[in-house]
Amino acid sequence: MTTLAPTRPTESAGVRVLRTVLRSRELAIVIVLVAIVLFATARRSSFVFSADGWRDTLLAPSILLVLAVGQMVVVVTRNVDLSIGSTLGISAYVVGKIFVANPDTSVFVVFAAGIAVGAVVGAINGLLVTVFNVPSLVITLGMMYVLRGALTHEVGSERINAQDFPAHFEKLGTQQVLTIPVLTIIALVVVAVVGYYLHTARGGRELYAIGSDPDAAVLYGLPAARRVFGAFVLCGALAGLAGVFSTARYATAFSGTGKDIELQAVAAVVIGGVAIFGGSGTVWGAAIGAFLLVTINRALPILGISEFWQGAVVGLLIIGSIVLDRVLSIRRQHRLLEARDHA
Amino acid sequence: MTTSAPRDAAAPLTLALRDVAKSFGAVQALKSGTLEVAPGSIHALVGENGAGKSTLVKIIAGVHRRDAGVFELLGDAVDFGSTAESKAAGVAVIYQEPTLFPDLSVAENIFMGRQPLGRGRRIDRARMHADSEALFARLGVSLDPRREARGLSIADQQIIEIAKAISLDAALLVMDEPTAALSGVEVQRLFAVARSLRDEGRALVFISHRFDEVFDLCDTVTVMRDGAYVSTSRVAETTESEIVSRMVGREVAELFPKTAATIGDVVLDVQGLSAAGEFHDISFQVRSGEIVGLAGLVGAGRSEIARAIFGVDAYDEGSVSVDGRPIAARRPRRAIRAGIAFVPEDRRQQGLVIEGSVARNIASIIRRRLSLGGLLTSRAENRAAAPWASTLQVKTSALDMRAATMSGGNQQKVVLAKWLATEPRLLIIDEPTRGIDVGTKSEVHRLLSDLAGEGLAILMISSELPEVLGMADRVLVVCEGRITADIPREEATPELVMAAATRSAATTPPAPTASSDKEPVA
Repeated sequence: MTTLAPTRPTESAGVRVLRTVLRSRELAIVIVLVAIVLFATARRSSFVFSADGWRDTLLAPSILLVLAVGQMVVVVTRNVDLSIGSTLGISAYVVGKIFVANPDTSVFVVFAAGIAVGAVVGAINGLLVTVFNVPSLVITLGMMYVLRGALTHEVGSERINAQDFPAHFEKLGTQQVLTIPVLTIIALVVVAVVGYYLHTARGGRELYAIGSDPDAAVLYGLPAARRVFGAFVLCGALAGLAGVFSTARYATAFSGTGKDIELQAVAAVVIGGVAIFGGSGTVWGAAIGAFLLVTINRALPILGISEFWQGAVVGLLIIGSIVLDRVLSIRRQHRLLEARDHA
Repeated sequence: MTTSAPRDAAAPLTLALRDVAKSFGAVQALKSGTLEVAPGSIHALVGENGAGKSTLVKIIAGVHRRDAGVFELLGDAVDFGSTAESKAAGVAVIYQEPTLFPDLSVAENIFMGRQPLGRGRRIDRARMHADSEALFARLGVSLDPRREARGLSIADQQIIEIAKAISLDAALLVMDEPTAALSGVEVQRLFAVARSLRDEGRALVFISHRFDEVFDLCDTVTVMRDGAYVSTSRVAETTESEIVSRMVGREVAELFPKTAATIGDVVLDVQGLSAAGEFHDISFQVRSGEIVGLAGLVGAGRSEIARAIFGVDAYDEGSVSVDGRPIAARRPRRAIRAGIAFVPEDRRQQGLVIEGSVARNIASIIRRRLSLGGLLTSRAENRAAAPWASTLQVKTSALDMRAATMSGGNQQKVVLAKWLATEPRLLIIDEPTRGIDVGTKSEVHRLLSDLAGEGLAILMISSELPEVLGMADRVLVVCEGRITADIPREEATPELVMAAATRSAATTPPAPTASSDKEPVA
């Protein structure tokens, strides 16, 4: 060893992991989520303990889960994508049109088509944001209206309905493997893969670095534009995937599909502890945030809270979590400063 | 654009810059910069603030592109469009102000973009942390590679920058004032590392204001003045006074004409001001007609003290009074009413409504007085602003010109005019001449001198030693959040001020086991 004096007690990796988990922001929302499920189940046991209840608990969040993962990747770079709801709508419509044209189309082709449509939208967003250096809030807000307008123009009052979709695709929406819905499994795989990438790949860490301090990222020589572009493409692709999910689950596509869901995705990300100015947070957090949002909406009527209040409860949750984050960060800052003074 | 060419007998210069020029808009930051660094050499680059050193560094680093001149690395002409290109070509740069990612761990800050990879290209965190520990051991400091960078002291941040640069294994290492925030032991460790890099045949460029360090470490020295090359000489064949006279090239007294003024009663009285992590037990007074200079290194806490006095930021303990009347904390409006004027360091962001007209800026604080029934007309603004604009000789064609289009010096005059219109008792001015060209600088100084002559009390924060020494009746030196010296004008010398500003450097407890957070000696 060197002459370094140990300034901190050495602790085993296991203890460190446990400490990290116990201190993590994600644990707080897991506790809230578990509490809500427990309360709702105590009121009505079928909330979880019935075939339908169990399936819904797992299946309902799958669409928002996928969207929140994409949104998280963009938010961590200090950007935001408000166009994902419209992207979802376009993807759902394209999927419907494919089946109307040829009901025997393979499910894999449909998935690929939906994801590709989303990726193209994401690439356009990414190019505008990185090349013209315009704030993503404005670009994607514009893109949200442009796409929705185009979709409404194209679709009109037409509605692609259940009878237009082949049975094998509709079945996918509710199919279960070991009681776990297939869509949820796909969503969880997405969460795991993206989470793994952000945690262990250079490219993933660079996304955090760019969001933490964009100017420093330039001085470091990080490929900031390329990474941000990639984040938008991924976010768009996942919105496209969510569009396929949406048609599989609801067996319908119309001009209003996916409207307003982009803000729910932003809400899930914020509730999940991802800093809105980038640099910190995890995909797990965003995923749990999405789970919590959807589950609360299902639980409120059971808990005797009128559905008119649902929006307000979600709002309070957002405000509460952001205030919590702020208080925690001020306390941590103070602790660090005092540690410095008394060092 | 890699330069892994084997070094032959007649090794080319590692770095050659000749007659390099760079302008930012109308301001020419660099007229003709020349710097030639041989492999296996530590080359000092010295000059006053504003001499163009940092611009030169940023051109080497690929942050800026030169407008003209020759730029060669290891004998090949290069033209870096980004920091990534210069990094790939073997250039490592330690910037004057640390640029870290606050949300990420210390180790990630060092290895971002080139983390050690394990199987399946996943980041090998254990190795990254071990490599960081090894770098810190080489530098003789103890830092936890796992902690996040947020909240680290400036010294520790600088250590991370140094560790990062060393780990790059670069052919050319540029250090822009790396020692500014370091303790004596840390500086010695850095020098030992620098010498071993030199002995490996690498080239180092070392920028510092401390001549003892230049003479201790470097073999060659290049002097710059006003954006141009002055001379290059062997350190062994030159003296400190020779270098200083080349750097300054003019008498200090000429540039900063503070005339004697009658020092009157105490205007500002600060007692025991403390804010956790920022500054501690700050007590001093400023009298009418007096200019008190607040000197110290960047990050020492001077601006924080000024902001607390003016009431922008909170403080934990202590009191501030003007003319014997206490001023409430965190109430800038009351501070203004009590007669405090505050010219912040960042003119464009904090000093001006940058898109507003000259008249609107000057009238912005007294607008309540000018308004009639809550309405404010441009005529009233112009009428109120005109005399101040002419008193301060603001060079502008019209009062409705946008502040954004003016030069730095004229902008500063507009900020001053705005505050003088409130008829203050105390002027706090943070870096009065930052980003202002040499000609206008002396105008600002003359102005401050006149104002003191009329009985205004002035608290001036400045990082430019000649400015502090030329202007201040009394120099207070701040180091790591504490006042470490109170030097009257007659006794103030650059050496004395620098010693107090780096006080922790002279009296650090014996390391290597010292904690990385230095305790300022109270």
